[in-house]
Amino acid sequence: MARQQGNDIDALTGTETTGHVWDGIRELNTPLPRWWLWLFYVTIVWSIGYWIVYPAWPLVSSYTTGYFNWHSRQAIVEDLAALKAKRATMTDRIAQTPLEGILADSALLDFARAYGRAAFADNCAPCHGAGGGGVKGYPNLNDDDWLWGGKLEDIVQTIRHGIRAADNDTRQGSMPAFGRDKMMERGDILVVADYVRSLARLQVPANTDLAKGQKLFAENCVSCHGDNGKGNRELGAPDLTDQIWLYGSSKDTIIEGLMNGRGAVMPAWNQRLDDTTIKALTVYVHTLGGGEK
Amino acid sequence: MDTAYAERKPKEVVTPKKEGFDPGPHDDGNVPLYAARKKVYPQSVTGTFRRIKWTVLIVTLGIYYLLPFVRWNRGPNAPDQAVLIDFPGRRFYFFFIEIWPQEVYFFTGLLIVAAMALFLMNAVAGRLWCGYLCPQTVWTDLFLAIERLVEGDRRARMIADAGPWTFERVARAAVKHFLWLMVAWWTGGAWVLYFADAPTLVWDLATGYAPFIAYLWIGILTCTTYLLAGHMREQVCTYMCPWPRIQAALTDEHALNVTYRYDRGEPRGSIKKSEQLRQQGLPAGDCVDCMQCVNVCPTGIDIRNGAQLECIQCGLCIDACDSVMTRIGRPTRLIGYDSDINIEQRLLGEERRFQLIRPRTVLYASIIAVVGSLMLYVLLTRHDFSVAVIHDRNPVFVRLTDGAIRNGYTLRVLNKRLEPRRFALSLDGLAGSVVEVAGLPLGSSNILEVGPDQTREFRVLVSEYTFSPAPSTAITFHLTDIESEERASASDNFRAPQGD
Repeated sequence: MARQQGNDIDALTGTETTGHVWDGIRELNTPLPRWWLWLFYVTIVWSIGYWIVYPAWPLVSSYTTGYFNWHSRQAIVEDLAALKAKRATMTDRIAQTPLEGILADSALLDFARAYGRAAFADNCAPCHGAGGGGVKGYPNLNDDDWLWGGKLEDIVQTIRHGIRAADNDTRQGSMPAFGRDKMMERGDILVVADYVRSLARLQVPANTDLAKGQKLFAENCVSCHGDNGKGNRELGAPDLTDQIWLYGSSKDTIIEGLMNGRGAVMPAWNQRLDDTTIKALTVYVHTLGGGEK
Repeated sequence: MDTAYAERKPKEVVTPKKEGFDPGPHDDGNVPLYAARKKVYPQSVTGTFRRIKWTVLIVTLGIYYLLPFVRWNRGPNAPDQAVLIDFPGRRFYFFFIEIWPQEVYFFTGLLIVAAMALFLMNAVAGRLWCGYLCPQTVWTDLFLAIERLVEGDRRARMIADAGPWTFERVARAAVKHFLWLMVAWWTGGAWVLYFADAPTLVWDLATGYAPFIAYLWIGILTCTTYLLAGHMREQVCTYMCPWPRIQAALTDEHALNVTYRYDRGEPRGSIKKSEQLRQQGLPAGDCVDCMQCVNVCPTGIDIRNGAQLECIQCGLCIDACDSVMTRIGRPTRLIGYDSDINIEQRLLGEERRFQLIRPRTVLYASIIAVVGSLMLYVLLTRHDFSVAVIHDRNPVFVRLTDGAIRNGYTLRVLNKRLEPRRFALSLDGLAGSVVEVAGLPLGSSNILEVGPDQTREFRVLVSEYTFSPAPSTAITFHLTDIESEERASASDNFRAPQGD
């Protein structure tokens, strides 16, 4: 940058130049208003105010907390409390109304479904999928098949106390490991697997000994799954005659279950969620599509 | 830029010195990087344009301050305020129009029309917006009137400012600032009334029960009005507003602007001097160099220097010049609305030319017409209820125990009427399917009830029992108003497993 002495007047515009020259191009001096400069100083002074009232400077093992002791965590706690208070009119009604009553009142139903959907996304979706669609081993909550019952009181019981969870009232009952625990011969297991598939009208090899399968089923399985394989909700034993399979309907999958047993766990949510949220979740799950009267 | 003018009246030119390399200190102390404001003392003036400005001021401020109190009966389930921006309820009410948030495209349309109207004004007659309509101009005008009322006209104010702080000067200044603050406070007060029921809010504000946000906004707008209209004034237009820059790029030689007709005015001189010149047979202009146009200018410029960034084209210099010309018996409108092309025409001795219909005016006007009529069409033909459908994403379909396939949907029903309504739900495209609505008993006639001025979501389940649906079947949900039998529809697909 070349520099000129003095301030020339630009011939074309009649404006004074700053005297700065870059490759022969001279800079016109168009001064900013003075108050603009003052505003800049005001903002600097203002920033000092921030240091005083808000956390600002790092220290060796902590930081300057500021005059207000403001903390982002404290702020969110207050926001959440305010939100809770705002929702209280509806959540209080949910808490006081029996589940059937919530289903019958359209305002409560709409609120509970919205509340339940949010709670479901936070707590249930990791296993059951975003819309309750389920994956292998985690039941689809949209269909009409229920291991432990699909009435409102069944669903709320399951959510509160869980399945095979660390809770005194949790749902108990599991599929034994017939193969691993030597309760059934390997060959018998193969026959039972084919027999179970035949119960659901799935294809089985033509030479399958269904009579032997039926006998083995009667000896080992009916105590839980029932005489005709219709299942038992008291024990969470699935209906083996329908089209819905929690783990899959292939022969290999059924053999896997017979060999190693099944006993997936659902947590008892009364230890983590308040009862209003559980009721909203119940209504949400019930109205996903499979709710029973 | 009119070259004729520049040639005739050359600026003081200093020839640049020879460039020499000098790596001297950056700041030699004589380059002013920041300029102090030159205080402007606009003088009062009367005339046509002043009257227009007073009228515009009274009408626009009258609308602004009184509109919140205008009532409009909409029935029991809606506010009765004619113009109301209801943020908690997410509604905008404008007389008979009610806008929902999803109809924000009306505002987009309004903004397009507003921008094009600004451009059109500019193409026809320059900064009409800046000179007469802009809130900054209107409030500054009001604040100047108060200043004049309390502290006197230009001369009195200049004398007082140059003199010492006497008791009278302090008292007058105090009264002026008090009145300014009152106006500013009313301005902020009227603003918040657009966001809540005005009479209730006025009472709450007076009794101290209004929400904090109302007081906060009144405070903010009191400060901005007081600062911008009282203290910043023309600096807002010169330094803060982007429009003068855009306007300068959008103008052309056909646009009418407040113009000093230098072809008639120059060479300027006193009455006596111009008489002498005329007697000698030399040219003499009509401008008597009385400086009235400069004295009345609210931005403190000299219109005789030609079109300038600072000029808001308020026309007060026209009034000032006209009154002088009338007094000395010369024709008026030495300063007037004129275009560059006209001045050139006159200098060439040719006819006056005013072309209103030019490509840009036609373009702006037709954009306004197209967008305006599109908005009007949408406004007049929009339904007072509608339905939207969202297919469940997870699971896309569900297999039931008996092998049937079921799809879940969320139906969102809007009832824009101010009374509760009932709609019958029916489905087209999937014969033999069963439609259930969560919360309604199966086998009921699926009547959906939606409250007044509300949106309600329904979970709808469609089950297909023919056991052989195609992977995707187009279906349509119909909602029929039970009373009026109006119908709204929404389409989606029924999904089933591939190759089932």
